[in-house]
Amino acid sequence: MRETAAERWSRRVVLTLLTLFTVTPLYVMLSSAVKPLRDVQGAFTWLPTRPSFQAFVDMWSTVPLGRYLVNSLLVSSVAAVVSVAIAIFAAFAVSRYRFRGRQVFSVTVLSTQMFPGILFLLPLFLIYVNLGNATGIELYASRTGLVITYLTFSLPFSIWMLVGYFDSIPRGLDEAAQVDGAGPMRTLFQVILPTAIPGVVAVTVYAFMTAWGEVLFASVMTDENSRTLAVGLQGYATQYNVYWNQVMAASLVVSIPVVAGFLMLQRYFVAGLTAGAVK
Amino acid sequence: MVTTTTAPAPARPSTPGTGRTKKGRLPRSKLPYLLLLPAIALELLVHVVPMVVGVWMSVLELTQFQIRDWSAAPFVGLDNYKATLDVNGPVGKELLHSFWVTVMYTTLSVGLSWLFGLFAGVYLQRPFPGRSLLRTLFLTPYALPVYAAVITWTFIFQRDTGLLNELLTTTGLADDRPFWLIGGNSFWALLVVSVWRSWPFAFLCVMAGLQNVPSEMYEAAAIDGAGFWRRLKDVTLPMLRPVNQVLILVLFLWTFNDFNTPFVLFGGSAPEQADLISIHIYRSSFITWNFGQGSAMSVALLLFLLIVTAGYLLVTNRRREHA
Repeated sequence: MRETAAERWSRRVVLTLLTLFTVTPLYVMLSSAVKPLRDVQGAFTWLPTRPSFQAFVDMWSTVPLGRYLVNSLLVSSVAAVVSVAIAIFAAFAVSRYRFRGRQVFSVTVLSTQMFPGILFLLPLFLIYVNLGNATGIELYASRTGLVITYLTFSLPFSIWMLVGYFDSIPRGLDEAAQVDGAGPMRTLFQVILPTAIPGVVAVTVYAFMTAWGEVLFASVMTDENSRTLAVGLQGYATQYNVYWNQVMAASLVVSIPVVAGFLMLQRYFVAGLTAGAVK
Repeated sequence: MVTTTTAPAPARPSTPGTGRTKKGRLPRSKLPYLLLLPAIALELLVHVVPMVVGVWMSVLELTQFQIRDWSAAPFVGLDNYKATLDVNGPVGKELLHSFWVTVMYTTLSVGLSWLFGLFAGVYLQRPFPGRSLLRTLFLTPYALPVYAAVITWTFIFQRDTGLLNELLTTTGLADDRPFWLIGGNSFWALLVVSVWRSWPFAFLCVMAGLQNVPSEMYEAAAIDGAGFWRRLKDVTLPMLRPVNQVLILVLFLWTFNDFNTPFVLFGGSAPEQADLISIHIYRSSFITWNFGQGSAMSVALLLFLLIVTAGYLLVTNRRREHA
């Protein structure tokens, strides 16, 4: 099929505009991060007067960025690992067993993700405060509370994506393992999981990203000690006198790990979405 | 440990949600429930129980005076709802304003995001040099942590130091530097950021959906003399219908409930012109500490979203059957 000249040009124009739109903020972030402070205090300049990496040094002492980073790393990693572990068992059940309530479970879990966060923010806040007062377990303003909250945010989509992956693994493999005397757990760990590794990795990255980027609950459920990057960086950017070069440097540093992880695994995300979309 | 003698269900092409009946045996085992237990327990704790509590809170007078011992909060019946929905009262009036802002915002953002995603997907269908580079680039905003992305936009929109005003003044499009994060302009600033963040998701879904369109269909349409728009209308869009049905619903719900974008862009408080409903409820609850009122607003929002979702699914499913 040949492309007419008009089509070719409209393709070029549309793609160029979308590229400019996408790239502009990324360029602002990158170029401003390597500007000396003077450059970001006056009118915007396209290029630094001289490239400087001072912002990457200063940002650690202007605000307790190190503490925010450690909090975010801890909360997001634990939430991701636990969430994926739970999702693996749930997806195994949904993919390999027929049981009463299977449909209800799948639909309910997915639909919780569609509800406004603000709806359960207030009650959850009060539940955590009261549970803490009653039992002595710190949930409000603690990293534990954040981990529990965040892992449920990624669970629905993780389960859904893993069911897609597990469904694509032929049941003949399960049956062969069972003939060899393997129980369900051995089937899961020795047959299904090794085959589904790319899916499991993609889901782990997704769960990590979800926790890493969450703002609403972090802004209510944390205090100075448990503050994550989401809240910390925002405070950084709303100070009276904002050091934009440092804020951009910090934004860049906290973005690189998740962006790299996502882009490396993008085809698995597309595969996961396709599996869901063609049903 | 529960031992089970059940064989896995026979191979089946279905995924959850299709409502297909089973063909094989029905294992009566406890194992699946045990496997689901952690997921169910957590969903109960963080989503289901708080939702029930939220409905209960909405019929209480729950302010900072009752917060320490909220079992003592007085029952006020539907008073919170009356105040919420009374469009002549101060609370209801502001909520209604916020609702209309959110409707405008959602309509424009979802429409533009879908359009951008569709065209990017269609134009990246055929191979050309740099195609996978563009695809990766387009997905980057989706991968970026929301606060890092939105903070960068905050910088762009700064009146004196931002890129936008620099661009406007050097090109002569504006004489003096307008404010973007306060006043009427703030709505458009918010919209731009929202589209920037959500169109890559539409692109991702369209791309996934287009992988299932056989290229013979385009060949056949081209032989019939169909131009770009005809192919789009007669081949691409019908083939994308199942993807679009879900995509538009998801985009709608995400955008309507969007809290992060305005919260980070405006630093915690949104100007009146960009006062989205999530921000409005958040401020009604946490700034004034009136949790009963905030809960009533949340429940009303949820009911609205449920009605819209049900109506949407009803209409789109019927249209799909007739098509």
